Amino acid sequence: MDTTVKPQYNDGVVKYLTVGAIVFLVLGTFLGTFAASQLAWPALNFDIAEITFARLRVMHTNTVIFAFGGMTLMATAFYTVQRTNGVKLWSNGMAWVTAILFTIGLLLVVVTISLGMTTGKEYHEQEWPLAIAIALVWTLYTLNFVMTIAARNKETHPNVYVSNWFFLGMMIAITYLYVVNGLAIPVSLFRSYSLFGGVQDAMIQWWWGHNAVGFFLTAGFLGIMYYFVPKQAQRPIYSYRLSVIHFWALMFGYVWLGAHHLQYTALPDWTGSLGAVISLAMIIPSWGGALNGMLTLSGAWDRLRTDYILRFLIIALAFYAMATFEGPVMAAKTVNALSHYTDWTVGHVHSGALGWVAMVSIGALYHMVMKMWNTEMYSMKLINFHFWLATIGTVFYIVAMWVSGIMQGLMWRAYDEYGTLAYTFAESVASMHPYYVMRVVGGVLFFSGAVVMLYNVIMTIRTANARQEVGTTANA
Amino acid sequence: MSENQKPKNFQERLEQNIFGLFMVTALSVSIAGIVEIVPLFYLKEAVDYTEQTDKYGNVKNEKFPELVWEREFTMEDGQLVSDKALYEQDKNGNWMVADWKAGDGVRPYTPLELAGRDIYLREGCYICHSQMIRPFRDERERYGHFSLATESMYDHPMQWGSKRTGPDLARVGGKYSDEWHVLHLMRPQDMVPESVMPAYPWLAENPINKSFFGTKRDMAKRLTAMRTLGVPYTDEEIANADAAIEGYTEMDAIVAYMQVLGTMVKLDDSKSYRE
Repeated sequence: MDTTVKPQYNDGVVKYLTVGAIVFLVLGTFLGTFAASQLAWPALNFDIAEITFARLRVMHTNTVIFAFGGMTLMATAFYTVQRTNGVKLWSNGMAWVTAILFTIGLLLVVVTISLGMTTGKEYHEQEWPLAIAIALVWTLYTLNFVMTIAARNKETHPNVYVSNWFFLGMMIAITYLYVVNGLAIPVSLFRSYSLFGGVQDAMIQWWWGHNAVGFFLTAGFLGIMYYFVPKQAQRPIYSYRLSVIHFWALMFGYVWLGAHHLQYTALPDWTGSLGAVISLAMIIPSWGGALNGMLTLSGAWDRLRTDYILRFLIIALAFYAMATFEGPVMAAKTVNALSHYTDWTVGHVHSGALGWVAMVSIGALYHMVMKMWNTEMYSMKLINFHFWLATIGTVFYIVAMWVSGIMQGLMWRAYDEYGTLAYTFAESVASMHPYYVMRVVGGVLFFSGAVVMLYNVIMTIRTANARQEVGTTANA
Repeated sequence: MSENQKPKNFQERLEQNIFGLFMVTALSVSIAGIVEIVPLFYLKEAVDYTEQTDKYGNVKNEKFPELVWEREFTMEDGQLVSDKALYEQDKNGNWMVADWKAGDGVRPYTPLELAGRDIYLREGCYICHSQMIRPFRDERERYGHFSLATESMYDHPMQWGSKRTGPDLARVGGKYSDEWHVLHLMRPQDMVPESVMPAYPWLAENPINKSFFGTKRDMAKRLTAMRTLGVPYTDEEIANADAAIEGYTEMDAIVAYMQVLGTMVKLDDSKSYRE
């Protein structure tokens, strides 16, 4: 093989982001498991303001979505954009600045939320100084990404590869929605009041809120899928045409869905119904995308038996298909009447977040560790162990939430033979206890998997570095 | 560029021009917001929404006048004044709600209630409690009449919530005594044994006029910000805002806020507020 034509990539920053993402995965799943335990055993709140359930829950969502998810997106985008365009990063220095500031910013987010500084807007709790800083860092990330693509050699790489479209779409939509939803009047360094109020604020908040899911956690991670599944399977993507449809349908369609969070509320009926109808229509492109990924494996299914990383990627697609079916079902008005406000929603989010986002990230992160440190993993067996911990943990979690959510919904609307409400609210809370315990078990399993991963990755890097040192000494 | 690399169609043209792809993607993600959000700012007939009629903060609800507390705002000697007072000092020196009584319609929060709302946000109550009752029989019996858009018109941000780990609070005002709320916040399981709610004992110790790191909770500034956002306060009400929270604790404030929830409007069952 002629190694002289192989371009060198800026992998230092990607290495940093990869390890950072895994550390935040451990931290985020720990916070989530702790918060889940507080609902099972309220004494665990310890009367300490900084770790009461509501604050811990928001620390958890910010750590897993924005810190773990964000660092994974940065690592994979910087990794794939160089390789699919055959160039180094447009600015390696700017990438480092982005990565370091993003880490500091997200740590400050977690700390400030713990202290009680919050906008009170779900999934956008960061107060204005941090929100502005994060938006600026995000813009640097986008700029670097776009300029790297623009700097490609158009002779050798005329067409921009599909994974880059998804990353690009995610960056654009997230910037736009985050900034609009974040508009506010500051009254102190730690507090601001949303520019929007009442019904308009509700619509804008969920227009952003659902697309933290639709773009941040879906489009971005589809970018990961479109690069890493074909790479790990060593086959081209099943259908180029399907990916074109998948991309444009997602870009146009996903932004409409926020309204389905507000059905039967004071939001005008037509808006909620429109959100629900488009949600139903979104099954088609979502399943198209899931099939596109899975069928990439056709003719090579046996590889699943030996390739544990591929297992993560493929089970992620299975969960993606399941969650994108469940979502539209829950958006349908009759189902939503039951499922809204219950644990079912929490279960649905986690089948997407644990099953799809975390699994596809884990697959991609393992892949990148092996490529960038140019080594095999320290232990393949531990990857397999991680796979089963993560899968069983996820299943435990979502089954518990399905049962508790549907039970809650049914108890709240149940009538006895005299035509009065059959259960008090407190009775429904008491009935949740076994399922809350079951969820903790799922969380502990998933968290343990993340710890196993961190250990495996650290050992891999140490072994690789030690080998390199020996190599350098030998050469000298 | 060789002949076979020439773009064959629009899609390929975009694939070869990253800035073109950027623009078209940006356009396609913008459409939904324009269709779903923009009309909410001017299609007043679609909801029970109350309209602001001038820059002074005069409001009107043509369809359901009983939903909103109307008072006349005018400029006098460069001061924004009103014919009715939201709150004023009684003869014992306590700041009390003045020309408004429960059921008179939606009004701005008093400084103490607004400060209480800040505490409600800080503690993340919206994570487990909704403030949005849906038009179902069981919710009606459990919580009361379904919530209307006008009821949260002065809420920046809204606190409709998305999860009921605990019950809805949209109409909790007046259902329990102040003492019950205090005991419940101090130790929820004392009042509701099945509860999984954390205890909030520090609320009773912290004075409400102090914010993070002992800085002043500047209520005049907060009311001014609210007025910029369209919540009508007179100049006098803003000037007295800091005095009106003096001597209270965070507990007093959050209880004041919860006790007003849902009490502002008196809804008429014979009227159809929403189609």
